[in-house]
Order: sequence, then C-alpha cells, then structure tokens
Amino acid sequence: MRLIDSLRSFVSTLFHRAEIDREIEEELRSHIQHRADDLERGGLPRAEAERRACIEFGGYQRLKEESRDALGGQFGEGLLQDIRFALRRMAKKPGFAIVAILTLTFAIGANAVVFGVLNAFILRPLNVPQSESLYGLWRLPGDMSESYPDYLDLRDRNHSFESVAAYNVMQAALDTGSDPSRAWIEETSGNYFDALKLEPYLGRFFHGSDEHGPNSAPYIVLTYDYWRSHFQGDPSVVGRVVRLNKFPYTIVGVGPPEFHGTLIFFNPDFFVPIVNHAQFDETDLNNRGNRWVFMTLGHLKAGVTPAQAIADLNSVGASLEKAYPKDDPKMRFKLARPGLYGDYIGRPVRTFMTALMLLAGLILLAACANLGSLFAARASDRSREIALRLALGSSRKRILRGLFAEAILISLVGGAVGLAGSVALLRALSVWQPISRWPLRMSVNPDVKVYAVALFLALASGLLFGAVPVGQVLRTDPYEAVKGGAVETKRGRFGLRMSFRDLLLVVQIAICAVLVTSSIVAVRGLANSLHNNFGFELKNTMLVETDLNMAGYLGDKVPPMQKRMIDALAAIPGVETVGLGDQVPLGDTQPDSNVFTDSTTDLRPANAATNSIMFKISPEYFQAAGTALVSGREFSWQDNKDKPRVAVVNRQFARKIFGTEAKAMGAYFKLPEGARVQVVGIAEDGKYGSLTEDPQPAMFLPILQSPSNSAYLVVRSSRNPEQLALAIRSTLRNLDAGLPVYIQTRFQTLDAALFGPRMATISLGVLGVMGAMLSVVGIFGMASFSVSKRLREFGIRIALGAQRRELLQAALGRTFRLLAFGSAVGMLLGLAAGKVIAFIVSQATPWDPIVLGGVLVTMLLLGLLAGWIPARRALATDPLLLLREE
Amino acid sequence: MTTQAQLLPGTLDLLILRAVSLGPLHGYGVLLRIEQISGGALLIEQGALYPGLFRLLRQGLLKADWGTSENNRRAKFYELTAVGLKRLQEETDSWNRLATAIASALAPQPEEI
Repeated sequence: MRLIDSLRSFVSTLFHRAEIDREIEEELRSHIQHRADDLERGGLPRAEAERRACIEFGGYQRLKEESRDALGGQFGEGLLQDIRFALRRMAKKPGFAIVAILTLTFAIGANAVVFGVLNAFILRPLNVPQSESLYGLWRLPGDMSESYPDYLDLRDRNHSFESVAAYNVMQAALDTGSDPSRAWIEETSGNYFDALKLEPYLGRFFHGSDEHGPNSAPYIVLTYDYWRSHFQGDPSVVGRVVRLNKFPYTIVGVGPPEFHGTLIFFNPDFFVPIVNHAQFDETDLNNRGNRWVFMTLGHLKAGVTPAQAIADLNSVGASLEKAYPKDDPKMRFKLARPGLYGDYIGRPVRTFMTALMLLAGLILLAACANLGSLFAARASDRSREIALRLALGSSRKRILRGLFAEAILISLVGGAVGLAGSVALLRALSVWQPISRWPLRMSVNPDVKVYAVALFLALASGLLFGAVPVGQVLRTDPYEAVKGGAVETKRGRFGLRMSFRDLLLVVQIAICAVLVTSSIVAVRGLANSLHNNFGFELKNTMLVETDLNMAGYLGDKVPPMQKRMIDALAAIPGVETVGLGDQVPLGDTQPDSNVFTDSTTDLRPANAATNSIMFKISPEYFQAAGTALVSGREFSWQDNKDKPRVAVVNRQFARKIFGTEAKAMGAYFKLPEGARVQVVGIAEDGKYGSLTEDPQPAMFLPILQSPSNSAYLVVRSSRNPEQLALAIRSTLRNLDAGLPVYIQTRFQTLDAALFGPRMATISLGVLGVMGAMLSVVGIFGMASFSVSKRLREFGIRIALGAQRRELLQAALGRTFRLLAFGSAVGMLLGLAAGKVIAFIVSQATPWDPIVLGGVLVTMLLLGLLAGWIPARRALATDPLLLLREE
Repeated sequence: MTTQAQLLPGTLDLLILRAVSLGPLHGYGVLLRIEQISGGALLIEQGALYPGLFRLLRQGLLKADWGTSENNRRAKFYELTAVGLKRLQEETDSWNRLATAIASALAPQPEEI
C-alpha cells in the first residue's frame, strides 16, 4: 500500500511539480492574508499588518519545502538524487559504465534481434483476416500438393471448410511494352482472394465466377509491393492490357499493402487464375495423377474442429481412392499451417530459432553474471563509504536503492542502445534479398512485442545483477568504519561470497565455450561442405536459365530452338562445352518420378520400386556440368524419338533397382507411363535437393526422347564470368530478343541451398564472438578485482623477494583454474550441441582436431587477453608506495 | 508568552484533527480554532501548521477543497474523512490514557505526604 502510495505521489510529483508548488504557495499566502485581515481589524495599517503576518508565519521558504516533502515529494526527490548520484559515479569511472553498458547493449540487442525474427516467423500470424482458422491440407505422408482434379473434388465435396483455395508457384515473362522481364507469380484458384477474405486495394480481384474452363480468365492481380516497384504506384494501371508469356492479360486490381501471399518465405509479384495454367506450363490441368498444385488451403467453418475436418477430408479421400485407384492411392490428410509450409520449413525454423533464443538467453545470463560480479566488486570497493553512510544514519534501504538505481540506469541505457541497434538490423534484414533470383524477403520488422521484450529484459537484468551485492550491503557493519580498519565482512562469509562469484565466472566461461565451440563447428562445417563433391563441378561453370514457354515456344518448336541455343553458345570463343538440362542439381525444383522394375506389369504408384529424381538432358551435359560417368556412355543427338528409350542413372539408382552397378548396365526399368528404358551409363552420385541429404537415386533421360521446354544451359569456360555473361546474353538476344535470360555462375546458384547453413553459421558466429567478448570482460573483471584486493600482499611479497612467476601464480592462478574448468565444461556441452548443428550445416562435426584445437586456442587467447592488464598491475606493484600509503 | 505551553512532538496532528472534526476549516481557521479550544494556552508556530496538514492529507485522514472564506478570499478548506474520525478517536483515547497515567504518576503520592 505504502509503496503504491509513494509511487503514485512520485509520479504525480514528477508531472505536477510546478502545479503543486503553485498551490502550496497560494495556500500559504492565503493564510498570511487572513492573518493580516485580522491584524488590520485590530487597528494596524494594511502594510504593517501584512509585515507582521509574514513575521508571525515563520521561515517561509523552509516551511514551503517541509510542506512539499509532507505532500510526498520525498520519494521523487530521493530518486532524482539517487539518479544524479549514480550518474556522477558513472562519470567518475566512465570505463566501468561503458563496459557495463556495452555488455548489455550486445546482450540485449542479440536477444531483441533473435526475438524479432522468432516473432516474425513463428509468433506473428499470417497477414490475412482470421488467420487462426486458416489451414492447409497436408496429404500424408509427404506434402501439401494436389493434382488439379483432386483439388476440385476436395473443394466441392468437403463440409468442413468455408471454401478451399489452391495456388501454384510459377515464373512468367511479363511484357508491359518494353523489355520482357521475368516475374514470380502465383496461379491461384478463382476463389483464392474470397477464401482468404481479402479486399483489394485498387480495382477488383478475380473470383470463382470468372472461371469458364481453360484459359478463360486472362486477369492479373498485382501485389501492392510489385505495383509500387514496377508500376510506380500508378492507379491507372487497372484495366491496362499487358502480355504474359506473349498472351494478353488485363490487370484488374492491386492487393492490400500487407498481403504478400500465404508463404512467409515467398513473396510473389502477382496472381493469375490457375485455369490459365496451359499458358505457363505444359503439365495437363486435368491429369489426376500429377500433383503439381503447390498448396490447397482454406478457413475452417465456425465450430468445426481440426479433428472433424480431418475426418471429413479422409472420407472424401476414401471415396476418391475407390474411384481412381491408380492415381489416388492412400488419400489421408492432416491439417498444417500454410505460412511455413506446415512442418516442412516450420520445424527446422522453429527448432533453430528456439535454440538460438536459448543461446541468446544464455548470453544475457552470462552478461548478468558478469555485471553482477563487477557490481559486487565495486560495492566491496565502496564498502568503507557504505559503512560510513550507515554510521551517519543513512538507511540500508536508501543505500540499496542507490545501487539499484545505478544498475537499472545502466541496464536501461544498454537496453535502449541495444534495441536501437537491433531495430536497425531487423529493418535491414527486412529489405534484404538474400537469394537474388528468388523473391524471398524476410519481413522481420520489429513490432510492439519486440520493444516490450527488450524493455522487460533490460529491467529484469538490471534487477538481477543489481541484486548480487545486496547481501554484501546488508552485512556491512558500520562500527568497522568507525573503528577505522579496513572494512571487510567476516572471513567465513567472505569465502562463501567469493565462491558464488567463482561460480558466476565458471558458468559464464562455460556458456562462452559452448558458443565458441558451436560457431567453430558451424564455420568449419560450412567450409567443408563447400569443398565437397556435389556430383558436379562448381568452378568455371555458368548457368544460363531461359524459359522457352515465356518466349512463346511450344511443342515441336522447342527442341530445334534448344539445339540452336546450345550451338550458338558453344560457338562463343573460350567456351569449352555447353549442355542443357530441364533442371539442375540444387536448383529450384527437383521433379521426380516413380520407377518400376522391368518385371512389374501393374504400374500403380504402390508398386513402384523407388522414386527417383529425373533430369532431362542434352548430349554433352555431363561434360559441361562436370559430372563423371562411372561406366557406359553419354547421350548423343542420335538418341531421339525414333530410337529405343535409354537412360543414364546414378550409382544409388543402380544399387537400389538392380542391386549392383554391374547388373544395372544394359538392364531395363519402366516409367509410370509404361515405357521400357535401358540403362546405357552410370554416373557418380551427387547432391540434388539439399547439401545435407543422403544419396538419392537419380536418372538422366535424353531431352529428345522426353522433351521439356524448361531449359538451363550449363556453360563450361575458363573465361572471366562477367565478360562471358555479356557474350552469352548478346548471343541469345541475337537468336530471339524476346527470350528471358538469367545468367549466374554456378557458385551463385547455390545461394538458395546454402542460405540455411549460412544464416546458421552467421548467427552462431555472432553469438560466439559476443560470448567471447563477454568472457574477456568477465575474466578481466575478476582478475583485476582479485589483484586490487591483494595489492598490499603483493607489495609485501615483492619486498620479501618473491619471483615474478610466483607473483603471477598468486595473482592469476585461481582465475586461470576457473577458466580451465569452465572451458572444459563448455567444450563438453559444445560437443553435444555440435550434433544439433549437423542437422543444418552438413559435415559439421565437433570431432575434428581443428575444431577442438581451435576452441582450446581461442579460450587460452581470451584468458591471456583478459589477464594481461591485471598481471601487469600485479607485477608493477611498488612495495614502498603501498607501505607509505598506509 | 510564558503562560503558553510548548507543544509536545506529535501532538500537533491530534490537535488539527480535533479542530477540523468540529466542521470544515481553512488553514488559518484551524489555527484560530486550536487557540480557541485550548483557551489560547498552546503556542503554535503559524507556518508549522502546514506540513502537518499536508501530512494528514497524504495519509488520507483529511480531505481538502478550494473555496471562499468569510473574508471573501480564496482558501483551501479541510474536512475530516471517515478514517480521520476513527484515528481521532483512537488517538484521543490513547492520549487520555497516557495523560491519566502521567498525571497519576506525577500526582503527590500518599507516602510523600
């Protein structure tokens, strides 16, 4: 009660100080006037009456102050005094204040950044109305994709969803009259925007009623961002006709500003109706077996639980299973959140972010341990002052309040600076496009939750480390100061406190060693994985991405154009070989196909021998890509439609289907459409989907026998990449000026595959460096405190002829023993953490002499760095000076 | 002047409560009322009244409001709250007990006579 009262009066005092002063003044004056009135009535002239009244009243200023204090000014005044005193003390020892504030700045900043990312990816719901009831349909076991006919059946036959929408990710060439540019689009079902309950910013959306069969709805809805960046926010864009893959489309509207599609990691440029799919890709809209639609999603009806919805979907699935046993075996569902593609991206992101949050929390804890022991050291430096103040009648409460004021002041300043830094970093992250050819934007802009968390952490850590010296102050005995001796608390307690501080230091060093170990493991793993054998050559390779579809090449016009592109690029001086593939390893998508043994006759999916990644490639692709053939032959231009089907498979494929590589050569397997394919060559294994994957079966088919209009040209040349890119661009422009071309070195194309490991490594590295800095401060603080405590002892030792080595041992031995112990604990924990890191960064193993040695050397260097100045101070002790001082 | 008694520490608050319990008063009025009810026997430094008034105000024993005095001047009027009334009764009781005890202790004892 009293606390609340005094807080309230403190706050009102702060804000109404002037007003209160004015009121007190008025009241006192009124008193004097009343008194003067009486005196005047008694016969005195007015002026004399007022003078007398004033004198009778007493010391006006003093009484005014006392009145104000009585009204509750005391607490506020006291706090202001505390703050002023704390500021003065900090100004007197700016080094301490700066170190403390910097420590907290980094610790709280790191926490705010990690929390900001965690908040944006996991805690913050998608930017659509009522996102809590929005679910995606997850087809067990694998993923969220469906074929278009299945989607229609699910949409029309379920009773649980308000409406089910579908979308697919696609690229298209947008021609607004000048240069055609490549854009990332989402093909969506007509009901997409209505199902998501969105309202257009401009114009209108397309609706289910706009769909009248294939290619019936040539409409574009732009995202707000794309409208701003590519149409300069021009409102007259609605109604404009543009060309998309050479087909005329009308821009009908612009989406709401906060809407970036329903995938957090993918921000499309615009939306087109999925019924126009034939104008973007050759997959057949009506093929029930081909699950190319990326995701289906919708809002659950009010009152329907997820379990009910799953049962409902499963019953629809069961009836589809019965009707289409060949295409729809085992249709079982669960519900998944659409934003991070269910658990597919969601789980690793959640796991990693949680782990990172934990590490960041540890950093803050280490920082608090650090500052706590610094504060305790300072308080014991000030023990004489504190004892004197106690002896002079100050209350312990008042002294503690002063200490806490200092701690909280430091933590608030540190928190504010840290927050400012992290906001800047988060803003930069939000506009950063980490993968140049993929519209990935991490909208991690901080919101009010981030600010609140930072403030809370600042206050909490201030209270935490401010609380460390409390016991010390409470135990201080004022009589000691009066007696005049060195003020020290009693021996036994002294020992206890030291060991608590030792514990703080050990904990802090252990945390630091964990972080250092993790970051070295991650960095080393990343470096290793870059020197790995991917099953293709990274050096001297350019990847040229074109899309013939976008340029209007369809059907029979595709193969000749592909041949012309290969020949034209091969003719560029300095180019050794050119190959073409419908996709490349570690590229955007990895189309796969079921594979059957030759003896299988019933080609339903359940009978498949395996599922294999499928590349459709030109002759010379292997040479251009740098993929080695283990045995057999490459394709030639003679492997065309008129010849028997052939394939090159990788070793994993050979082992999985045929048992051994030897048996595979010349043997046959079957594809789902029934074709018998003969194995004519075996290629080395490679990485296809991700760097961390286990060996996957893969097959390579001649592009003339299984045509594809998607085309990546692999160009092998030792020429300078920039010049080469220019030459390639002009060569292709000569062939067809309307062909969208995208050129990167093979290294750059790995950005997407390396994004996760890189982010993991960077964040661990940053935390590692911060942990290292913290322990330097901690060790330094501890060592210099123990040295300054024992300076007199050292002086005597020197006077008695102690050697430098003995002196050093006495000064720093304990600190270094703690360092060794903490490092050992931390390294053991770090070895365990290394296993977690291996999930994200391939080849990350802590059982590596370089890693272990690196950690040891790092910790030793940190210790030396931190112990240097205290050691110098101990050695430089001048016994005469010290003795004279006494 | 010598006929006036110095206030014991802590008794000013009790006197203020007592004065105000007879009806709302402004600060000067409180002073006059104390003089009146004590028969002019108590010496109070005029200004010292105010820290006491504010202390009681802050403890919630009094409430105050601006008004106009009989001299037609603006003044702050004090009034007893329910808590204040209760406190006045308690303090009065305990003062009486104390005064009786002291008085009987100081009174001439039979053995002294």
